[in-house]
Amino acid sequence: MKLDDLLSNVGEWLRGTGANSNIVMSSRIRLARNLPDIAFPHWAKKEQELMVIKKAKQAIEATPLLRDSLFIDLADLETVDKQFLVERHLMSREHAMRSNSKAVCITPNEVISIMVNEEDHLRIQVMKSGFDLDDVWKITNCLDDDISKVVPFAFSKNWGYLTACPTNTGTGMRGSVMLHLPALVMTRQINRVLEAIAKLSFTTRGLYGEGTQATGNFFQISNQVSLGHTEEEIIGNIKGVIKQIIEQEENARQNLLSHHRNMLEDRIWRSYGILKNSRIITSQETVELLSMVRLGLDLQIIKDIQIFLINELFILTQPAHLQKIEGKRLTPQERDTKRADLLREKLNKEKKSK
Amino acid sequence: MLCDICGKAEATVHLTEIVDEQMTELHLCDECARKKSIEMEQQFGLSDLLAGLVDLGKQAEGQNADKTKCSNCGLSYGDFKKIGRLGCSQCYDTFSKYLAPLLRKIHGASVHTGKTPASFPVSEPVATKKNKVKKILKPAEEELLELKEKLQIAITQENFEEAALLRDKIKELEKKIK
Repeated sequence: MKLDDLLSNVGEWLRGTGANSNIVMSSRIRLARNLPDIAFPHWAKKEQELMVIKKAKQAIEATPLLRDSLFIDLADLETVDKQFLVERHLMSREHAMRSNSKAVCITPNEVISIMVNEEDHLRIQVMKSGFDLDDVWKITNCLDDDISKVVPFAFSKNWGYLTACPTNTGTGMRGSVMLHLPALVMTRQINRVLEAIAKLSFTTRGLYGEGTQATGNFFQISNQVSLGHTEEEIIGNIKGVIKQIIEQEENARQNLLSHHRNMLEDRIWRSYGILKNSRIITSQETVELLSMVRLGLDLQIIKDIQIFLINELFILTQPAHLQKIEGKRLTPQERDTKRADLLREKLNKEKKSK
Repeated sequence: MLCDICGKAEATVHLTEIVDEQMTELHLCDECARKKSIEMEQQFGLSDLLAGLVDLGKQAEGQNADKTKCSNCGLSYGDFKKIGRLGCSQCYDTFSKYLAPLLRKIHGASVHTGKTPASFPVSEPVATKKNKVKKILKPAEEELLELKEKLQIAITQENFEEAALLRDKIKELEKKIK
């Protein structure tokens, strides 16, 4: 498998399948793991970092779940390729910014990715479509066990897995769920909801993780505490909170339908109209409008397209994806034009084929 | 739309800031946004937040604590306070007495209850590490260290009766050593 092969597919997490997929885009778990006694990446010497890469490679080759995976040295990638992987949620922006002695491993279905020498020696990520943290944990746990048979992990009986940052010590686990909450935003209840979950020690981030603003009504909610609870307890807590938010969003959607149907339909159809007809469009506007169309699909106001296509368009219209599709560098102005072209082509083709 | 700061270039970055519950929106050009982001990082880095927590826990030993160095990777406690990251897994041993209260503050707990790696031999590595410590320290000094650790935990748990008892024991032991 090569990096460019990813372009012709989209990751499993965009399939729009799985439980509550009308509201839950994806479920993800990541584990922070380190090798004992070797300095953490930010403090390591080059030869230590290279040794970590070598050991990670050995472990990956010996792990059945990682058969056929792609192992990429970030030094071999162009900026646009790194951005491409960030847009697909296969690595963090921080990882993309520094490329010396760093690597990433990706399985062909994009369910698993492992960042080597990010903040910790290994960051193991498993991500799936819909609301299914239990299944994601099952895969993550198995993967973690297999890798630890080849490379021992830094672990203390008292403090669990030892990580570069003490905020990850313990399980080293962060579980997160990406939610699409347009009705809570429209009815201005979202701040109340986010404040409440912050009090329960959960964090909220935007579409692209740490430090990003919520765009397109997407919110990523994850646990903050990693020490003192078992992995199953942490997952149980996240599930409990997410279930409540799903319920609130469902209620808000029904509320909008019964009291403001006309206004809602107008916003959704206008959004769809702009996406199918514009000639110049920014990525920010695209995300906002696709968000409304996604809502329209769930409420059966729009019926002639698949949720899968809309999910896919969120990613394909991102800057690096547009440039990979075109096969060349594009200025922001050129991208806005290409983005509009792509949206018209994809959305109008879909309609004709129905 | 033009940049709010320089008023010359086209604004491409839109920033929402919340200060004292007041929300302000800023529209910036690339150049000014970059400057602003460096400024923001300096203002609220995670390391500062962590360093703040660390200081809450430790005032008395101040300077000496900052100079304590991990023998494996060379990171000092002062470095950790600056960057908010530990240097290697052994730092957890080296700085254990400062980390225990810090971890408790971050997580509200200080004992791991989750999974154990399949390859982790039950209690063996802990024993060997203890032996190492014994070689370097005299038994009384080791006991003193342990008591101080317990005291720190008792204080964070607001268990003041136990803390008072521990304090007396520490004083007694310190006299003996001298």
